[in-house]
Amino acid sequence: MVAQGGPSTLFLAGLRGWIRAFGPYRWASDRMKDWGIGGRTLVIGIPYLWLLLFFLVPFIIVFKISLSDVRLGMPPYEPVIQWVDSQVIGIRMNLANYAFLFEDPLYRNAYLNSIKVAAISTLLCLLIGYPLAYGIARTGASWRNLLLLLVMLPFWTSFLLRVYAWIGLLGRNSPFNQLLLSLGIIDQPISLLQTDIAVYIGIVYSYLPFMVLPLYANLEKMDITLLEAAADLGCRPTKAFLTITLPLSMPGIIAGSLLVFIPAVGEFVIPALLGGPDSLMIGRVLWEEFFNNRDWPVASAVAIAMLLLLVVPIMWFQYAQARQVGVHR
Amino acid sequence: MIGRRSFFVTTAMAFGFAFLYVPILSMIIYSFNESRLVTVWAGFSTKWYVELFQNPQVLNAAKLSFKIAAINATGAVILGTLAGLALARFRRFKGRTLLTGMTTAPLVMPEVITGLSLLLLFVAMEQWFGWPAGRGVTTITIAHMTFSMAYVTVVIQSRLSTVDESLEEAAMDLGARPAKVFFLITLPIIFPAILAGWLLAFTLSWDDLVIASFVSGPGSSTLPLVIFSKVRLGVSPDINALATIMVTVVAIGIVVAGLYMQRQERQRERDVQAALAGNSP
Amino acid sequence: MASPRPEARLEPWKDPAAEPYVRIEKVTKKFGDFVAVHQVSLKIYRGEIFCLLGASGCGKTTLLRMLAGFEQPSEGRIWIDGTDMTGIPPYERPVNMMFQSYALFPHMTVEQNVAFGLKQDGVPKAEIRERVAAMLDLVKLTPFAGRRPHQLSGGQRQRVALARSLIKQPKLLLLDEPLGALDKKLREHTQFELVNLQEKLGVTFVVVTHDQEEAMTLASRIGVMDHGEIVQVGTPSDIYEYPNSRFVADFIGSVNLFEGTLIEDEPDYVRVSAAELGGTFYVSHGVSAPPNATVWVALRPEKITISREQPAGDEDNRVQGVVAEIAYLGDMSIYLVRLATGRTVRITQPNIRRQAAVSAERITWDEEVWLSWDAASPVVVTQ
Repeated sequence: MVAQGGPSTLFLAGLRGWIRAFGPYRWASDRMKDWGIGGRTLVIGIPYLWLLLFFLVPFIIVFKISLSDVRLGMPPYEPVIQWVDSQVIGIRMNLANYAFLFEDPLYRNAYLNSIKVAAISTLLCLLIGYPLAYGIARTGASWRNLLLLLVMLPFWTSFLLRVYAWIGLLGRNSPFNQLLLSLGIIDQPISLLQTDIAVYIGIVYSYLPFMVLPLYANLEKMDITLLEAAADLGCRPTKAFLTITLPLSMPGIIAGSLLVFIPAVGEFVIPALLGGPDSLMIGRVLWEEFFNNRDWPVASAVAIAMLLLLVVPIMWFQYAQARQVGVHR
Repeated sequence: MIGRRSFFVTTAMAFGFAFLYVPILSMIIYSFNESRLVTVWAGFSTKWYVELFQNPQVLNAAKLSFKIAAINATGAVILGTLAGLALARFRRFKGRTLLTGMTTAPLVMPEVITGLSLLLLFVAMEQWFGWPAGRGVTTITIAHMTFSMAYVTVVIQSRLSTVDESLEEAAMDLGARPAKVFFLITLPIIFPAILAGWLLAFTLSWDDLVIASFVSGPGSSTLPLVIFSKVRLGVSPDINALATIMVTVVAIGIVVAGLYMQRQERQRERDVQAALAGNSP
Repeated sequence: MASPRPEARLEPWKDPAAEPYVRIEKVTKKFGDFVAVHQVSLKIYRGEIFCLLGASGCGKTTLLRMLAGFEQPSEGRIWIDGTDMTGIPPYERPVNMMFQSYALFPHMTVEQNVAFGLKQDGVPKAEIRERVAAMLDLVKLTPFAGRRPHQLSGGQRQRVALARSLIKQPKLLLLDEPLGALDKKLREHTQFELVNLQEKLGVTFVVVTHDQEEAMTLASRIGVMDHGEIVQVGTPSDIYEYPNSRFVADFIGSVNLFEGTLIEDEPDYVRVSAAELGGTFYVSHGVSAPPNATVWVALRPEKITISREQPAGDEDNRVQGVVAEIAYLGDMSIYLVRLATGRTVRITQPNIRRQAAVSAERITWDEEVWLSWDAASPVVVTQ
């Protein structure tokens, strides 16, 4: 307790009273009220405006530029809407960029390859992540948090450095190769670098926590007595897993799979560092169109096409997310 | 006992953790390797650490990344808390669905798309209003705030959905205005989530390569950009040293946080025990 | 039921000139298409303990939240102490609320929780300390002043919540299921404490509860709610003895309900023929209903006498049956008697004497018995 009555306490109390009565907060909130803006409007409005400006509007601009022609200069594209003789608005739409995407087999292959790589990686993630999440969820409470931290720890360390680690492990001089050579299992060092396998390993490795965490959250909530009831009714453990645990963990499986699949489709760093020159993925194609060819309109068209591809899984993810929050309430 | 783990699950867990940690351990081990050939062991040495700390490019990039990550995390926490509050506490308002969409989409949006679209926005804005002039720290920070606030929103929203709304109503009932209710009641209760959100946003920014590649300008090379350009040229041992330092810092942080949380939890359990055992009226 | 001395209380609702402290006028609350509260009008007087009683989802909590200001009525008005509350936010109302979950601030000590309301009003520190200490003393929590909510037992938390909502000396206290989270023994004890405190401080209470026993113990008057509407308002004994509808009769306590037809309708008595009973009811109070209307007769189980011998008197208010089930509950026994019509009637009899001593003369399974009741016992309801 503060000693009473000292002049400094009195002064502070007076100051606080003054701030309370006329302070900046009261002043600001009164001005806001004059303009008809309440706290509620601010709470909703500030993040809303931010996201509109920096998340939604950019997509409109990308779409606009995907319809324009490339040109030399900065910015390197022709405006779509322009004043013709300063009276008529002329709209120059150019679907050639999209036609280009369809005609050139490079893009088609890149799209199909991205989906294939993302799908296989998601499946591998699920195969490794499910037992991991299941095991953690069935571990005693004291160890569970530690194991969970161990899954999280790589996520908190640099993604780039973790991909980089695999360059050493997959290369010709890797410890694996040396071990296999010395055991006489192989007589030539094999390099997995610059292959699709390396890309799979990289994606699975980087995205594994995104699979494990939603699965764990789901499995941990599951009521163990359900399995006891099943066992009581004569269900063997394997069957109980297949008929009870697995169907009940579907929301976790879906959330985890989407969290891996959607970003994996657009992945750039992993194919760029671990994949070969012929393992084309759409993210890398976009990157090269943009940075190497400086063709902004085609890069934008690639982005829009990628978005169209991902719209269904993204909507699905949002639906699943909204439902989860809804259940929480 | 149904809860027991089977042999299969234990093996799979061991494999999973080995998969997660072998690459990290290999980096740590080879960071102390004498040889420049990163995968051939040639004796213990700390020379790569010395080299790392004498590399002004890496040090400056680290400083810049730290600055951007800290500003980003603070901004993202403010925006994300507001958005989380709006979504968790205001059930009906115009455009709620759009706001929900805009806060969950960045979680899964491929980074190349986010990066490209933000760059095109900045270019267009510069054309229209002359701001932001060129690209650099400002544009990177704005871009990072935009995608990391989505993560913070999810963290805050899910925390708020477990906080009894009547706590806030009780404060209001006792005469506190809504803003005061937030600062006196809501904020202290969700503070751990806000801290977690801040750290998450910091890490996301610290770690980001793709978006920064699009929206950075000359003289604003963040640490991931520097690492990437080095790594592209091949394996270099001082990167191992850098990775070891980063893993160590994160591990220490997590262990300290874990111990703290465990102690809090134990204290809480003891309190509840005492309350139940001793002094019922 | 341990009613808190109703004769000692004022009964301002009987005085037409009395000014109500809370006036609710035709209040409706809609959530989208769902009507939570429909056209409710109520008058609550100073010093009352008014219980809103109903099943969950009947709109009682919504009504309470409108009094507190957390919800605004879609239609209608609420006056508290003569002031129209429309548009007045919760933090400017002369009302405090005790929440069902207690809503104790987890990051504050008991003392800080209780002091919170006074701090918001800018009460001088010394006065806050004094008043908080007095309040903690009143609810016997002084030794726990420095504790956090999670360090308290359920009963202590309940008292902190009460102290916190009373510290601003509100003229009206709203209590949402105040005893709901307590176990049965503690609840009974706390009920009486709550009534004593209310009398001592002279606060008007509005209590929401789904527990009829709680409502009967606490209330000066009860408002029974169903589907967003107030179906009956009255003192506990009014509600129990003179329910105005099948719903109220069935909701409060247990009851045997018989559908029947009015065959005689006089100002001081009615006679109802009930096919299910296989006989007639003679009821010594009048009913306002057209002749030959369908009515329902409500008969409480404890008001029926069960005997082997045929009761004296004429044909009304008695019927014969066979004992189908007996449940021994210790303080009383429940008999289920099947009538000739197939209808089962529930009767409760207090076990005045010890069972072993009376086993020989005790009525048992499959025995033929007579059921009879007083003409004042049945209640005729028309809806």
